[in-house]
Amino acid sequence: MQHVVLERWSRGSSFLHRRDARAKILALLVFLTVVAVSSRAFQPLALVFLAMLLAAAISAHLPVMGVLRRAAVVLPFSLTFAGISWLSGDPRRAALLVEKSYLSALAALLLVATTPLPQLLRGLDWLGVPGFLLMVAQFLYRYLFVITEQAHRMRLAGLCRGGFKRGGRGFRAAAGALGVLFARSYERAESIHRAMVSRGFQGHFRLLSTPRFRLADAAFLCLAAGLPVAALLSVRIWS
Amino acid sequence: MHIPDGFLSAPVWATLDVAAVPAAGYVVRRAQREFEEKKVPLLGVMGAFVFAAQMINFPVGPGTSGHLVGSALLSYTLGPAAASVVMIAILTIQSLVFQDGGILALGANIFNMAVVGVIVGYLPFHLWGTGPRRKAAIFLGGFFSVLVAALLAISELLLSGIAMSGTVLGVSFALFAVSAVLEGAITLAVFQALETLNPNFVKAPRANRGVALGSLALAAVFLAVVGVLFASTHPDGLEKLAQTLGIASNAKPLLASPLADYQAGFVQSAWLRKAAGGLAGLISIYVSCALLGRVIGRQRRP
Amino acid sequence: MRPVVQVRDLHFQYEDGTVALAGVDFDLDPGETVALLGANGSGKTTFVLHLNGLLEGRGTVEVCGLPVKKETLTQIRQKIGIVFQDPDDQLFMPSVLEDVAFGALNLGLSPEQATARARTALAQVGMVDSYEKAPYHLSAGQKKRVAIAGVLAMQPDVLVLDEPTTFLDPPGQRALTALLRSLPQSKLVVTHDVEFARSLATRAVFFDKGRIIGNGPADRIIEQFNWDQKHATQVSGR
Repeated sequence: MQHVVLERWSRGSSFLHRRDARAKILALLVFLTVVAVSSRAFQPLALVFLAMLLAAAISAHLPVMGVLRRAAVVLPFSLTFAGISWLSGDPRRAALLVEKSYLSALAALLLVATTPLPQLLRGLDWLGVPGFLLMVAQFLYRYLFVITEQAHRMRLAGLCRGGFKRGGRGFRAAAGALGVLFARSYERAESIHRAMVSRGFQGHFRLLSTPRFRLADAAFLCLAAGLPVAALLSVRIWS
Repeated sequence: MHIPDGFLSAPVWATLDVAAVPAAGYVVRRAQREFEEKKVPLLGVMGAFVFAAQMINFPVGPGTSGHLVGSALLSYTLGPAAASVVMIAILTIQSLVFQDGGILALGANIFNMAVVGVIVGYLPFHLWGTGPRRKAAIFLGGFFSVLVAALLAISELLLSGIAMSGTVLGVSFALFAVSAVLEGAITLAVFQALETLNPNFVKAPRANRGVALGSLALAAVFLAVVGVLFASTHPDGLEKLAQTLGIASNAKPLLASPLADYQAGFVQSAWLRKAAGGLAGLISIYVSCALLGRVIGRQRRP
Repeated sequence: MRPVVQVRDLHFQYEDGTVALAGVDFDLDPGETVALLGANGSGKTTFVLHLNGLLEGRGTVEVCGLPVKKETLTQIRQKIGIVFQDPDDQLFMPSVLEDVAFGALNLGLSPEQATARARTALAQVGMVDSYEKAPYHLSAGQKKRVAIAGVLAMQPDVLVLDEPTTFLDPPGQRALTALLRSLPQSKLVVTHDVEFARSLATRAVFFDKGRIIGNGPADRIIEQFNWDQKHATQVSGR
């Protein structure tokens, strides 16, 4: 499954991996905003941005081809709209769509490929995202594979029994399968809750550690946020 | 439809990101109130269920199948506030882990699918879920949750200046309509399967739900959505209207303020005038949903 | 000596009217390991859920001298630790260390103290190299051990295990038996696994339709109720 690969990537120990999640999130937001608002002379700028991202990927010991390929999932959508824009006589917009969407996806991927998701969520907590929401996301992620596996097994079992044939009966069978999956998920949630309460849970999640924002993190943030902004400004000045 | 980064223009994604903050805060607070401590594992696991559910294919026609999107079903089983929270968590995970949907665009995707999508999916059930037209209500909920979210996404893209010819729009609407019908059918089928398994899974709406007010609000949201769509596809028409009403001339000095210097190349005041109609429409949808949310909340209080 | 668990005349009925427990009397003495045997639906797991207040029935339940009531639940849940059947439902935190420390943190310990407790507990179950691992990456046997560590980190006096050998292969079952033998707590084990019960428990009780109808040495109870498949030919029409 895709998120297994991502998890493996995120457990490295490069300089980038060891940076505080908050610094990385802020750096990403600056980068994405710079990409979003640039439009003058975007072609050379796009190359500069791509070079920055590739440098980051290499320094983080990530498989470059794998990363580039994974970010490409955004391309079918972008290319479709690029095609539409091109046909409407706006080739500049077409190029912008493809380049910006790809660069943004690649940058976001770098964040997630160098930060384990639970750490990432905790970084978002500091940025003001409601803790409740983040805990729901954390649990979702934890049980994503468990429940998907269950659905997969149910699907296989269904296929072994002749598959979900076209028409009303097949439709109802699929709905029944979903109903059962729902019920099992619901029961699982109750089981998890019982286990939590049995170990003294009273509604509030306590943290085991609070990450410290170090000098290296501040330095990284300045560099990672400064470079794209500098690139944007220099292009503005020169044109 | 999950909008990636690089598509929406700055005013659109920025406005929706800002709008998403209080919306998320509100649904989080309401969801927390309704579930005591069971909530975090329940909502998280149900989010995982929706992901997994998207793996199960429903046979539709020769060689085609569809899958559940889930916002309507979630709202019938967990209530609308919790459903919104789950949808936000799902969208966040989809964006981060699966690169499905952008990060700056998260506000827009949340607005489309987790806020408006959930409310228009829930309302028919809230209004008619205990009457004889129950099945139709459930189907409509699923139908609207997908269709309205998709229409909003298209509007936002149009507002951002992405040109789409009439043919393209027509084809898109047709595709959306098909997936909306599918969502309605799947939602209804799964709902019925759930009821057979355990009637407690579904949170039935109570009597005395202000049907008149609710219907009016639903109609208002739809008008606003249609309005936004119209505004995005006919920017010139609205600009002319604005000029006639004298609004445009008032807006100009406002736009020539310090903000103007920061605006990137393609965001010019002329564009902003044209987009103002669309943006105003989005904001009005947002406000109506907020009010609707409060009204439903009050009616659902145990 | 005072029993660590004392239950008198416990009755419990589900919302739909099914009677799950119809008057259960039970004692667990300090240092004992007792196996709870019985058919599915006989009330074993329902009984166990009353011991830490997850369910509330009629009758008295006392753990380490404390009556199980709303006011005492925090203390009760420290004194008695339950390891549930599916370790996936018990390991809900993102990493092994965080999960094992979960209970200790809930007791009010500082992060440093909770981390120390977690490390000790993980050492006890033989899982020292896995602090940062995600639960999803562990084998069934490893998950079971981490789940037990999560309960041990609260330093309970009584351990309750619900069908602990489910999901485990024979080597895993043997490892679990050895581990449990090494732990000093008084133990209650709900199990279908006859060999497991025989090797671990000194005493066994037999549940039937919400009542305990047999109480004695494990071997005798197993034979009395034909619970061993070696005697399958003697079982009439079951």
